[in-house]
Amino acid sequence: MNGVHDMGGMDGFGKVEVEPNEPTFHHPWEGRVMAMVRAMGANGGLNIDMQRFSRESIPPAVYLSSSYYKKWFLGLMRTLLDRKLVGADEVAAGHSLHKSPPLPRGTFGVKDVERVKTRGSFQRDVANPPAFKVGDKVRMKNINPPTHTRLPRYVRGHVGTIERINGSHVFPDSYAHGGGENPQWLYTVVFSAAELWGADADATVKVSVDAFEPYLDHDR
Amino acid sequence: MATHEHDHDHDHDHGSELSEMQLRVRALETILTEKGYVDPAALDAIVETYETKIGPRNGARVVAKAWTDPAFKKALLDDASKAIGTLGRVGDHLIAVENTPQRHNMVVCTLCSCYPWEMLGLPPVWYKAAPYRSRAVKDPRGVLADFGVSLPKETEIRVWDSTAETRFLVLPMRPAGTEGWSEEQLAAIVTRDSMIGTGLPKVLS
Repeated sequence: MNGVHDMGGMDGFGKVEVEPNEPTFHHPWEGRVMAMVRAMGANGGLNIDMQRFSRESIPPAVYLSSSYYKKWFLGLMRTLLDRKLVGADEVAAGHSLHKSPPLPRGTFGVKDVERVKTRGSFQRDVANPPAFKVGDKVRMKNINPPTHTRLPRYVRGHVGTIERINGSHVFPDSYAHGGGENPQWLYTVVFSAAELWGADADATVKVSVDAFEPYLDHDR
Repeated sequence: MATHEHDHDHDHDHGSELSEMQLRVRALETILTEKGYVDPAALDAIVETYETKIGPRNGARVVAKAWTDPAFKKALLDDASKAIGTLGRVGDHLIAVENTPQRHNMVVCTLCSCYPWEMLGLPPVWYKAAPYRSRAVKDPRGVLADFGVSLPKETEIRVWDSTAETRFLVLPMRPAGTEGWSEEQLAAIVTRDSMIGTGLPKVLS
């Protein structure tokens, strides 16, 4: 979706402000939100792409004025409500009021913590060989789905070069919306700054994205 | 806000934000616990892990080893997940990118906050905030200036936007004057920002 989350190349947000000796969490509730998101992913209640889409769907004015973990909280809440794991009446009451569907991997318990310390694997085999090879010129498709995608606006329509083939992975555009894993080849595509930002751009700058095969066309 | 004890709550407009969020989060945790979806003790353990066990020290150890062990460095640049897997557990698809006198690497996630948690811990607020995400891909030299980093104008700057499940770790250049240092001494000068590409290793004079 063309949401406010897709920030690459926007102007007006000002300088980067670094906080010296920043704590891991600024409030205890932030840690609880992070832990709940990890736990509800690990027990099969939701997946990472659903979560991302929920955060991206936060209204722009709210998104821009909310702290990072508040966005996580709002996204988690929305995903849980959408998937009917939690009811609006329960949120209002602050308690469970009815039976909810069991989760694929049951209660997330202490024994499961070790597992979430390592990132999950999203690599999946596909039958077809990659359609592109290192060195190929590719044009990023001009797509504007109202649904989840990992193709940022600032590269759409632009021509880049395949630099790496990163294996085949779960396709977020499908996985966020109940379309299954639908794995696709994943490539690192590199662009000159001039291609992305115009002739005045810094000639020493190159930018890459990791792009799934359905985002790419041969540039002929 | 000036009298508020938490200067870094980024929800600046409401003095009551903290308590409201605390209540909302606690209520959700209660619901998920009552449903049998999560055990609060497991949540405690996750929080504790990221507060005390997983942080930039992990990445710094990897960088220091790469600086002192050419075979490890080669393996790291070939397949970082596999190479680091020989030291401890790490997830798939970690890519290490090497800074050289010709090229400086910098990592961003313009869409949100993808970051190599296992190497660096949870990302700092600036990494997840609009100024960095918006400008890193368009004006990386300007962003580096915000960090007090100035590179020769002919140095190539390569920005890696983490838009998929690949993660990136910058292997900074080993500073001059560190010849003969142990891995432990070297690890101590490898800053978090030097492994994101917004800083350089810090040698105390």
